[in-house]
Amino acid sequence: MTTEIIGIVATFIITLLLAIPLGKYIAKVYQGDKTFLDFLNPVERFIYRICGIDVAKQMNWKEHLVALLVINLVWFVIGFVILLTQGWLPLNPDGNPNMTPDLAFNTAISFLVNCNLQHYSGETGLSYFSQLVVITFLQFVSAATGMAALAVLFNALKERTTTHLGNFFDYFTKSITRILLPLSLIVAVILVFSGTPASFDGKDTITNLQGDTVQVSRGPAAGMIAIKHIGTNGGGWFGVNSAHPLENPSYLTNTVELVAQVIIPIALVFALGFYLNRKKLAVMVFGVMTVGFLCLLVPTVIAEVNGNPAITAMGIDQSAGAMEGKETRFGTGISAYWSVVTTIISTGSVNSMHDSSMPVSNLTLLMGMMINAFYGGCGVGILNFFIFIIIAVFVAGLMVGRTPEFMGKKIEAREMKIAMLIALLHPFLILTGTALSSYMVTADSSIAWLNNPGYHGFSEMLYEYTSSSANNGSGFEGLGDNNPFWNITTGFVLILGRFLPIIGPLAIAGLLAQKKYIPEGAGTLRTDTATFGLMVFGVIVIVAALSFFPALTLGPIAEYFSLY
Amino acid sequence: MKTYFKSSLLLTLVLIFLTAFVYPVLVRGIAYLAPGQGKGVNIESNGKVVGYANIGQKFTEDRYFWGRPSAVDYNAAGSAGSNKGPSNPDYLQIVQDRIDTFIAHNPTITAAQIPAEMVTASGSGLDPHISVQSALIQVERIAQTRGIELGKINQLITQQEQGPLLGIAGPADIVNVLKLNIELDKLN
Repeated sequence: MTTEIIGIVATFIITLLLAIPLGKYIAKVYQGDKTFLDFLNPVERFIYRICGIDVAKQMNWKEHLVALLVINLVWFVIGFVILLTQGWLPLNPDGNPNMTPDLAFNTAISFLVNCNLQHYSGETGLSYFSQLVVITFLQFVSAATGMAALAVLFNALKERTTTHLGNFFDYFTKSITRILLPLSLIVAVILVFSGTPASFDGKDTITNLQGDTVQVSRGPAAGMIAIKHIGTNGGGWFGVNSAHPLENPSYLTNTVELVAQVIIPIALVFALGFYLNRKKLAVMVFGVMTVGFLCLLVPTVIAEVNGNPAITAMGIDQSAGAMEGKETRFGTGISAYWSVVTTIISTGSVNSMHDSSMPVSNLTLLMGMMINAFYGGCGVGILNFFIFIIIAVFVAGLMVGRTPEFMGKKIEAREMKIAMLIALLHPFLILTGTALSSYMVTADSSIAWLNNPGYHGFSEMLYEYTSSSANNGSGFEGLGDNNPFWNITTGFVLILGRFLPIIGPLAIAGLLAQKKYIPEGAGTLRTDTATFGLMVFGVIVIVAALSFFPALTLGPIAEYFSLY
Repeated sequence: MKTYFKSSLLLTLVLIFLTAFVYPVLVRGIAYLAPGQGKGVNIESNGKVVGYANIGQKFTEDRYFWGRPSAVDYNAAGSAGSNKGPSNPDYLQIVQDRIDTFIAHNPTITAAQIPAEMVTASGSGLDPHISVQSALIQVERIAQTRGIELGKINQLITQQEQGPLLGIAGPADIVNVLKLNIELDKLN
């Protein structure tokens, strides 16, 4: 067990050591400073020319949002059509069929919004053409969309008064060419040398040692698995995601995939500090996020390492921890670490089955997604955190009797209204969806969605809507979710849970950027201190605890007391 | 709005070319240099391909080491965990049945010696590994079935043992069941 704990600590330290220089680099990319990848300049200029994009044209916040929404609409249409017709398209060696309309709707939306909820299994649900042109493509562009939106926020928070906030297409394209593609390539190379397939061959049929005939699914998976983590997407090539021994062959690849999925979210926090030249602010944000992360991590690791008390009662040796749904080569320690990381940062890839995790872990994983701002997804994590900062500034301002200000701009009624609507949207979507599905299950006894009875069954539904609204994508996979009810309801939750939390913060940032800049004085509420960090943490806990506590009581908390 | 639409469409096509064609083909090219040439790493016994090094196989005969319970019966056409919750009474009954079956096949073993992974389903249903302890408690059964000395089989386990990454990180002492069984066949 000692070596398992060392593995956890080492993984976190490696992530931090890589994230700081990466943050500095990302800040340079968005500022347009010189970097070592400047040899790509002609490539980008060529792309802009053939697409008719004038990157010198500065956009205001509304133009940014229009550009963002228009291009997302284009992607949705292309993705939806391909999934509906994949059976007739090339690169389909296993002969997988077209998707049903409701499943194609859910899948196209889910990858468009960086969620990667999967109501299909990769082995039987997608052709290689769909895996590349829909899934891999959307994994790149959805991550870049979030990062471009964050770049607009960075720009808007500079100390000046302006409506010129850079060019969306420029931020977006450079997020791919300068950040996502190079990093993905590195991860993909490590994966192929560890045994992950990359060829276009279809299923292989083998006769095993005992003489039975079985099949093995394969495909050009390595590249997709790389961007699924680098872009905090999380949708797996194979059905069981990174628990699959070809998707994640060893403890080494597990470490690489773990670092890969959290490195950009952490680097972006540092990028904030470098970009605005406010390192103390970045440290405050990083501090709050890390304390939150640890509060979720420690109980999860303890619960998983100690194992299932009901199985301990059977008298077997459970010293390795709760092994149901986990892989031997990873062990329970790093699997618990993975499950927390993947839920706080909206990746949603899994290396163990969350449905089989302990009630304490059910609670922490749900809370990670309900808060959705401890590091958070590519770009959108900080956008969510920004909402909590605005609320904290306002509350703190009221408490000490000062005009609420952030970065030299006054926070007024309009910004507060937007912030509150966005903060309340998340509980609204989750709790309404869960209430509706719970009603359906109890009202009609012929509905057999749930894989587990009692409190855990309720958690399965709560988890699905939480994962959808948080654009996370992990699931309690026992839930029978490939049917019109789940495909359509979660589809709409996905759209709202993605675009409103991008529109809201960008609107606030745009409005703030237009306001008169007031230099900081003795009377300014300092937002880069530990005290203010505590204030933000308090706001997060209160918003999450008050909204979600009753639902959590019915699910994981009740299951805990039934088991211990 | 109209210019955004046209630019968006063109940029989409360019990026599909870049991310869904150039990128995967480049990775595929690099994979030719890797073990298994990007098709997955095969494993042979007596000159015949019997499986993939990373994919676990179903072993039910007493003369082989058994792997973990699997929700897909080790058919890698698909993959799945059981997704059973920890308090599910039906699930707990299944675990108890597995313990009883294991003891019936290994009568010299007590419940307290059985590691949890031998009676719980893996995440993928294809887990290729078990812990060394799980292998050791099967040695007596295999030795008796095959008529080989205990020592020789124990030696095999020691040879196949994989420690933590770099000797410091990750679960200690696991073995690949398929590789172990291939070596076991070589003993006779």
